[in-house]
Amino acid sequence: MSEISYFEAIFQAHQEEMIRDESIVLIGEDISLYTRAGIIDSALEARIFSTPIAENGFCGMGVGAALTGLRPVVDLTIASFVYLAMDQIVNQAARMRYMTGGQGSVPIVFRASMWHNASNAGHHSDRPYPLFMGVPGLKVVVPSTPYDVKGLLKAAMRDDDPVIVFEDNSLWFKMGEVPEDDYVVPIGVADIKRQGSDVTLVTIGSTQADSLAAAETMAAEGVSVEVIDPRTLSPLDTDTILGSVARTGRLAIVDPANRSMSAASEISAIVSEQVFDSLKKPVQRVTTPDVIIPFSPALEKQLYPCQSDIEAAIKKLF
Amino acid sequence: MKASQQRRVEMLLRIFKIRYFEEAVKKQQQLGQVPGSVHLSIGHEATIVGASMALGKDDFVIGNHRSHGHPIAKGANLPPLMAELFGKATGVCKGKGGSMHLADREVGVVGESGIVGAGLPLAVGAGLSAKVRGTDQVSLCFFGDGASSEGSFHESLNLASIWDLPVVFVCENNMYGATSPAREVIAVEDIADRAAGYDMPSEIVDGQDADAVYEAVNCAVVRARKGSGPSLVECKTYRFGEHAEGLIIPVPYRDSEEVERWKQRDPVDLYRDRLIRGGVLSESQADDLAEQAGKLVDEAVFFARDSEFPDPAEAFTDIFKMPSAGQFEERGHE
Repeated sequence: MSEISYFEAIFQAHQEEMIRDESIVLIGEDISLYTRAGIIDSALEARIFSTPIAENGFCGMGVGAALTGLRPVVDLTIASFVYLAMDQIVNQAARMRYMTGGQGSVPIVFRASMWHNASNAGHHSDRPYPLFMGVPGLKVVVPSTPYDVKGLLKAAMRDDDPVIVFEDNSLWFKMGEVPEDDYVVPIGVADIKRQGSDVTLVTIGSTQADSLAAAETMAAEGVSVEVIDPRTLSPLDTDTILGSVARTGRLAIVDPANRSMSAASEISAIVSEQVFDSLKKPVQRVTTPDVIIPFSPALEKQLYPCQSDIEAAIKKLF
Repeated sequence: MKASQQRRVEMLLRIFKIRYFEEAVKKQQQLGQVPGSVHLSIGHEATIVGASMALGKDDFVIGNHRSHGHPIAKGANLPPLMAELFGKATGVCKGKGGSMHLADREVGVVGESGIVGAGLPLAVGAGLSAKVRGTDQVSLCFFGDGASSEGSFHESLNLASIWDLPVVFVCENNMYGATSPAREVIAVEDIADRAAGYDMPSEIVDGQDADAVYEAVNCAVVRARKGSGPSLVECKTYRFGEHAEGLIIPVPYRDSEEVERWKQRDPVDLYRDRLIRGGVLSESQADDLAEQAGKLVDEAVFFARDSEFPDPAEAFTDIFKMPSAGQFEERGHE
């Protein structure tokens, strides 16, 4: 094991997979000069395409390439830019296999980083992954650690279906242990980050650190909190979540997305439908309110789930 | 380069096939056998066939909602195409695509998009794929005049041009986007003019003349194949029917004289007559060819009619190639 940053883990995944599979190409704005997408091996440069600012065009180009023998990784840079490429991601990437009756597959990875809580205002700060949970044909992952992002990105690059990876920009420089050897984190499998018996706390993306801290605080108060990171939101590992709730009878979900139609909402609905009888108290959602993200830190910082919000939600479960 | 005589005979056969196929679809829709809306290629046959016959078997085609003619022109078998329009299990897309999406990978038709302009980036991607994989494949995209107003058109031409990708953009300009006249909603008269903004050669051809289309597209294909980059070929053509069959348009948007004038230049008659006049075919050989096409279409209709509807469970398949959570580990590390 070695300790590397989340960002470095992404780079390692790119480099290792491009060497392993020559059908992988990297597509995105500025990638060949700005970060080189982590590629240090100059032999791989011919497979890096720095694009014009044309999100729908280059995402669609990736889909066409995926349909005809390549495995593109398309970097959308900032998650708010996915809206420009919705047609190609939703109408084409996600549906082409189905609509052709399985004649073709679309092995493509879309990467989008979420730049919230950094005074980038309403056009750069979205956390839009829940939108894509409602798109059949897409796999949606939100990795929270260097280990998970490397393993999930590798799994996505080897997957035969379209996968959209949402990276939280605030995690890019967080450090974590990553194995030296090749590994993947399977898509669709949650991870129990902390075992517990009184409360199930589902945490998505960057809210994990505050969730674990809240669990620690609650432990001091005699409440044992189980922290689950779904890691993949579609397909969702419902077995792990439902199994935990069946044991604890209490559920809070921490999700930095806007409250309505959030991943937290969907998980809450699934739990209510399937293990309602296990619930001792109503499910708690800890989310960002339904507002447009403002510029001023004085306005923005209050909006996202924080440790005290999570602790307050846990307390409501008793 | 001109098409060989043998190829011209095959072109006429495919022109007949598309015409008879489309007439059969229209009839079957009226009989209630074909559900949903259908967008017919009647009037466009020379454009579609002339362009497709300039391609090799391994070349890619990406098209649009007016999709029926594209796979036929590329040489597809008719029964799975017709069965698809009937919504049957034996359909080329298992009954999941339908009229706007008659893709047939067997003949290199990778996708047909019901979203106007959405096929253009896909075609660029297929060109990128050929280039990266080091094959000499060419990617051809059919799109309409309406698509040239989409951002995806401009993004695609730019992308193909900056990397000299082997892409041929073929505009089936039928002068109307549904009911909107191109002259009112498009700033330029010729779509071909738009290529200049992307440093791309373009050519305007008579879309009712299969030979002219073949020669222009062949030139673009040769250019693409040798790595010299993309081209745009604009084919001036006309849709003889409505935007979609059965569409009730309360206000006439096309002058009846204009419609009649175009029908005088029916691509089927024009090409048949030319081949006979040029001594490529006798009249009776041309009739035999027409009969052969008609028979193939009849067989396709019988096949479609006699096929079963898909099992309802089929709605839940083909969403993913790797549907199970954690399936990756089962595949191991390749």
